[in-house]
Amino acid sequence: MFTFRKMFYICKVLFTFCITLMTYIMTSQKQRTIKLAMWTWSWVATLAIATFGPKFIWDDHQLLTVLAVSVNLANGILMIAANRNFFNALDELQRKIHVEALAITLGLTVVAGITFSLLDITNLIPFDAEIGFLVGFMGITYMIALFINRKRYV
Amino acid sequence: MKNRLKVLRAEHDMTQKDLAKAVDVSRQTINAIEKGKFDPSLVLAIKLSRLFNQDIEDIFIYEEKSLPND
Repeated sequence: MFTFRKMFYICKVLFTFCITLMTYIMTSQKQRTIKLAMWTWSWVATLAIATFGPKFIWDDHQLLTVLAVSVNLANGILMIAANRNFFNALDELQRKIHVEALAITLGLTVVAGITFSLLDITNLIPFDAEIGFLVGFMGITYMIALFINRKRYV
Repeated sequence: MKNRLKVLRAEHDMTQKDLAKAVDVSRQTINAIEKGKFDPSLVLAIKLSRLFNQDIEDIFIYEEKSLPND
């Protein structure tokens, strides 16, 4: 069980790293990219605290858990706002590249996610279909799609 | 769609970076337009036409794709 959790966080960190790196490479909007990266990393950090804190830091204190989850949620909302600002600052070609990559990522994630879930339900895979795998898959797909699109247009 | 952006840019002694800054896009976008890989939006086309003091049609040449025989 712990291995899957560990895998979940590795996938999440990978996803964040990929997006941050690719967006930094592809745009000249360094300031907004750095801002987005900071919000994303802080969201990952607050998520880790909210997940592991109750067990390892504050020994299941409910108020602290609620506080940690609330902070994580608020951080997530601010991360989305930073992402929106980042997108709005892109020029039309950069936006097209990102939107196409997002479309491919969304489509593949839905298809792969449902197939993965089916494999779990029908016991064709010896482990649970954790959401972490899907998040990792999204990160890798988005990174590859961005790379291919960038090659196509630039 | 073909365009004369590279020629006009050379005539005005501008680099891709200069032109990109003038119309508020990235250098990669200017490069993609010049290579014909990307068609600009109407707003960007107007910005370019005003910058070079030319009509849009004089910069961007739309070519009808040959239709298949009926």
